[in-house]
Amino acid sequence: MGKFNLKPSTISSKVVMAIAGLFLMTFLIVHLGINMLMLLGDEGNAFGKAVSFMTYNPGIKIFEYVLFGGFIIHMIIGALIEVKNYFARPVKYAVSNNSNTSFFSKYMIHTGILIFIFLILHFTHFFFVKLKLVELPACAAHEHDFFTITKYLFKSPYYAGIYIICFIFLGLHLNHAFQSAFQTLGLNHPKYTPAIKVISSIYAIGITLGFSMITLYFYFFYTL
Amino acid sequence: MNIKLKIWRQKNAQAKGKFENYSLEDVSPEMGFLEMLDYLNQKLIKSGGEPVAYEHDCREGICGSCGMYINGRPHGPEAKTTTCELRMRSFKDGDTITIEPFRSRMFPIIKDLLIDRTAFEKILIAGGFISADTGSAPEANSILVCKKHADKAFDMATCIGCGACVAACKNSSAMLFVSAKINQYALLPQGKIEAPERVKKMVAKMDELGFGSCSNTYACEAECPKGISVSAIAKMNREFLHAKLIAED
Ligand code: HEM
Ligand code: SF4
Ligand code: FES
Repeated sequence: MGKFNLKPSTISSKVVMAIAGLFLMTFLIVHLGINMLMLLGDEGNAFGKAVSFMTYNPGIKIFEYVLFGGFIIHMIIGALIEVKNYFARPVKYAVSNNSNTSFFSKYMIHTGILIFIFLILHFTHFFFVKLKLVELPACAAHEHDFFTITKYLFKSPYYAGIYIICFIFLGLHLNHAFQSAFQTLGLNHPKYTPAIKVISSIYAIGITLGFSMITLYFYFFYTL
Repeated sequence: MNIKLKIWRQKNAQAKGKFENYSLEDVSPEMGFLEMLDYLNQKLIKSGGEPVAYEHDCREGICGSCGMYINGRPHGPEAKTTTCELRMRSFKDGDTITIEPFRSRMFPIIKDLLIDRTAFEKILIAGGFISADTGSAPEANSILVCKKHADKAFDMATCIGCGACVAACKNSSAMLFVSAKINQYALLPQGKIEAPERVKKMVAKMDELGFGSCSNTYACEAECPKGISVSAIAKMNREFLHAKLIAED
């Protein structure tokens, strides 16, 4: 081992960020999977069971802390490298760059910040209710009654709209993020990289459509 | 062809520069881009003006000195082409061409379009070499080199250090350049020995100089006149992780 270096290199920072990001991406699949249970038409029975399992299982509790840590690390590194990158070119070009690159790969910090703002809103709707940090909405029976909270929330065209717009920006972040994480970790191969890029887009579209579908279901088809 | 030019003029490193407009008549489509600039400079000199300073040497795409930012792209609109290889037929009659120097904190402007690329030199000094005594050419079969690796190392060695990757990158990241150099050595038996030390030293120097980090937008690959692929960056990241986590000193 060499001398321990307190200032991590740009590569190490990005590797940590990529691992945290990939972890968040696995969580999103689990989250979507559980939410899909709301579409079963059983008045949230199966969904409620899954929620109590997730709430009381000690293993999941640990997972929750790791998840939070991952989020915070991902965001802090993202913000720090963005600042460093900004100062690497103090005088900007008069003609903005015309190079042939994928558009949203240049706006990860912007889609990221939007996701962060959305998360605050999302937490006040659900997570903070569970933690009793915000008042229990009048419709809900108890602080784990997410099914009822959801069905009332998405009857509002504003919230349904805001959520869907945010799912689209989340998708744009993920579309670049998935394949980018592989490249950062050094996993680039002429045979597999094209496939990873396709899976990246399928994943992003799947997450956006999946979550949006639930929102649209409550807005259009569910009668209170 | 009639061409309008908007060129960044800056007296010296300290001066505040600005764009100047010029127009040129009877530019022929066969002219090279640099010949067009020479033609402009002739006119400027004849009329008592100051010619536009820009760097050039080989004029055949191998020295890497002629980089400039043309209409929002390093080395202009054609792929895998240096500015000196660019022809005026890539533009249309009546076009306005905006020419800026490569911009990055690590490439300070010396004058007009002329930039100082010493930062690349510093990265190479940090580890872009092999310490073995080269002497005269060794007997060909004493060190066996796999043909695939030799070809790949040669691909990497085609990097001319022009800095287009840094100029194109939204983060002014030098990852493509550094990875090309690192792989060029790491792929060959003589270079492999120092590979872990080399990657650590060169990456540390790159960071210290202030180059940005890689966001994997791949603008570098799109603009590299030598077509160096971003797979080189992934390989450097593997080398780096191996050096940091696994290799013993
Ligand atoms: C569910 C939420 C999120 C997931 C799954 C996610 C995932 C990822 C992944 C996998 C990457 C690629 C890492 C790499 O290139 O090595 C990435 C990049 C990035 N993320 Fe996120 N992210 C999320 C939320 C956020 C948030 C809230 C921010 C807030 C600021 C953010 C900021 C960024 C930035 C700036 C990058 C690009 C870094 C760069 O390459 O320059 N992300 N994200
Ligand atoms: S990697 Fe390509 S763009 Fe970058 S310095 Fe080398 S030749 Fe120029
Ligand atoms: S002048 Fe040498 S590469 Fe263009």
